[in-house]
Amino acid sequence: MKKIFSPDTIRLIVPALSLTVLLIAVFYLQPRAMSYTGLNLLFNLAVPIALATIAQMLIMTVNDLDLSMGTFVSFVACVTATFLQASPLLGIVILLAAIATYAVIGVLIHLRDLPSIVVTLGMSFVWGGLAVLILPAPGGQAPEWIRAIMTSKPPIMPMAIVASILIAVFSHLLIMRSSFGVVLRGVGGNARSVERAGWSIIRARAAVYALAAFFAILAGIALVGLTTAADANIALRYTLLSIAGVILGGGEFVGGRVSPIGAVIGALTLTLAGSFLSFLRISPDWQIGAQGAILIIVLALRLLLNRFEARRTRR
Amino acid sequence: MTQAGSTQTVVSVSEAKVVFGAVKALDGVTLAIRSGECVGLVGHNGAGKSTIVNVINGGLSPHQGSVVYGEDPTLGHGISAARQSGIRCVFQELSLCPNLTVVENTRVMHKPLSGWGWRRRGADIIGRKLDEIFPGHGIDSGENVGNLSIAERQMVEIAITFCEIGHPVRLVILDEPTSSLDSRLASQLLAYVRRFVAAGGSVIFISHILSEILGIADRIIVMKDGRVVAERAASGFSEHSLIEAMGSVVKEHRAARVLTDKRTGPPALAAAPVHGRGLAFEAFPGEIVGFAGLGGHGQTDMLVKLYLSLSGDWFGRRDPAAMFVAGDRAVNGTFPLWSILKNMSVALLPDLSHRGLLDEAREQVLGRSWREKIEIRTPDMDNNILSLSGGNQQKVLFARALASRAPVVLMDDPMRGVDIGTKQEVYGILRTEADQGRTFIWYSTEMDEVCLCDRVYVFNNGAIVAELKGKAVTEENILAASFTEVAA
Repeated sequence: MKKIFSPDTIRLIVPALSLTVLLIAVFYLQPRAMSYTGLNLLFNLAVPIALATIAQMLIMTVNDLDLSMGTFVSFVACVTATFLQASPLLGIVILLAAIATYAVIGVLIHLRDLPSIVVTLGMSFVWGGLAVLILPAPGGQAPEWIRAIMTSKPPIMPMAIVASILIAVFSHLLIMRSSFGVVLRGVGGNARSVERAGWSIIRARAAVYALAAFFAILAGIALVGLTTAADANIALRYTLLSIAGVILGGGEFVGGRVSPIGAVIGALTLTLAGSFLSFLRISPDWQIGAQGAILIIVLALRLLLNRFEARRTRR
Repeated sequence: MTQAGSTQTVVSVSEAKVVFGAVKALDGVTLAIRSGECVGLVGHNGAGKSTIVNVINGGLSPHQGSVVYGEDPTLGHGISAARQSGIRCVFQELSLCPNLTVVENTRVMHKPLSGWGWRRRGADIIGRKLDEIFPGHGIDSGENVGNLSIAERQMVEIAITFCEIGHPVRLVILDEPTSSLDSRLASQLLAYVRRFVAAGGSVIFISHILSEILGIADRIIVMKDGRVVAERAASGFSEHSLIEAMGSVVKEHRAARVLTDKRTGPPALAAAPVHGRGLAFEAFPGEIVGFAGLGGHGQTDMLVKLYLSLSGDWFGRRDPAAMFVAGDRAVNGTFPLWSILKNMSVALLPDLSHRGLLDEAREQVLGRSWREKIEIRTPDMDNNILSLSGGNQQKVLFARALASRAPVVLMDDPMRGVDIGTKQEVYGILRTEADQGRTFIWYSTEMDEVCLCDRVYVFNNGAIVAELKGKAVTEENILAASFTEVAA
């Protein structure tokens, strides 16, 4: 056997391993978390983060970055808690328009060769402003159906785990296995040769952005389902959390190297890291720094394993 | 695929003109490719070969003139029209997606490969094609392309191009396909091209290795300065007349080298045998030492190791001990966003600066002098580096190394895709510099270049298996040594 692990396996093993280690540590600190309700409480906020991470991952597949993810999810949350609840038809129309806007942004970024960071940073103010216009003060109400889904109690596994697995499997099939996903990743790997093979890069970018908007909308709806009300600043943290989740899960900023399963695991790890630090009774002032430290340790571990593997194969 | 007549026209270009700014890339080119023939296309770097290729494959619309695919002038022009007419291209720079597997790359290149079970079907098709062209290739179709060597990537790209999924393959353009293949793989490819042509397909074959062109082509088109300057059957050309038509004069016979043993004093650099196998390496001041052997047998690793041993890990040295000329330009050679001048001067910034500030006048002078010295074809050194053709980009990388004061220059197959005229100039410069005491370590996949070296180390499977000196440096000896296994 020449290779024990391929680099791609390492990409997946490290996040899975760090999640396991964190989980064991949490169970050790707080054995009561080792139950149906405990797991649900630990992970239910991970569901919207996982969805936003998948959305960010899609954008990163084509070598772009979405800095408006947090405000966009907040905007969707506000729409969900108001329009989607009061007059569902109008709510759906607004959300469809948001998807179309994302597609247009993708086309614009491609046509004018603009840096996605700049465009999405600008858009973040637009989404943020719209969210404040819709809900100037925290409030609104979650639609019944999403409330019912998010608080349902499926047998064997809690909802949070079931939802995470569903998200991971669905996005894996879409991005990694389908022939459509291959082309999207090809755009990230070598856009020129994809274009030479007769594909339209504009269409691919528009598809990626629209799909990302779709996942981000699911994230916003799921979030409102958990919190029952919305606020214009409800998901601002999601921008950086989603980027960290993708990187933690084995993705890279450029080159179209992404892993949907890894991204979901990365989102779960980030959520769990917060709980872990609370259980350690670290003051909230230090929590963000400590979360950063966990991120650095995990990424260092990945580098180390990659290097070890490279040395082995050279023999 | 209809093959009724053997003289069907696959593509015809008439009076095509393409202008990039002030540069006339194509100045009225007319040519036609018929089915069942292999056309050789030669010319210097910047003669317009890549441009005509891009016009034929639809990536570039000529500013004047027309392109007609097949017999049907209503089909239009463009990438998808070209692909529908069965025109495919293997580009000089490797153009696969490194983050995808071999099968997934096949899918990207072939739109019709989709639907349930496309992975299995794709793996089957690409596996069979690889077996057909390169028997014994040992490439797993589930492997990520990023993990393959350059030669393997080239093999995969060629195989993908020849695959027939949905659209028939009628014309394949091969742009320098053998430059990263060793001689065994190259001959496998040439044999396949002959079989493909015999079965009614057509091939445009671009190469700087003239013997290869003369051996494979039915008809040869010579280009110069964006024009076709000669076109006749391959039998009507000899290596000498081809070079004449291209417009560069090459000394046919190398002057017999004066063999002086430079091995006096301490070596300029040395290395122990790799993992304790094979021979040790050393190089003395004023020597040109060649690395030979089949492609990918540890030559590049050795060069990198030597370079790292000579350069500081954390801080750059004021006096550079070694320079590295990269073979894979796009990966570790050029800075794609910088100008030609900045790309050249980046290694010399300490020499060009005064009290920590860059002396721009001196930088300009340096740029001008090297532009003339090695004839970089550009109207302005401040243009972007990517505005140059591949060979000219490589010249800039050469200038970067040669303009420095480093006593040792390491070269990782730097002549890939460089035209003969430039090669001859660089050979001359190398020899002069070596006579002044510089040491060159030169890995090359081309036998002619290896034979220019004073001393040659032959690699096999990661270790040095033989050392050849002076008159013993011949093609036969190197080939024989390449297949020697190292004694454990």
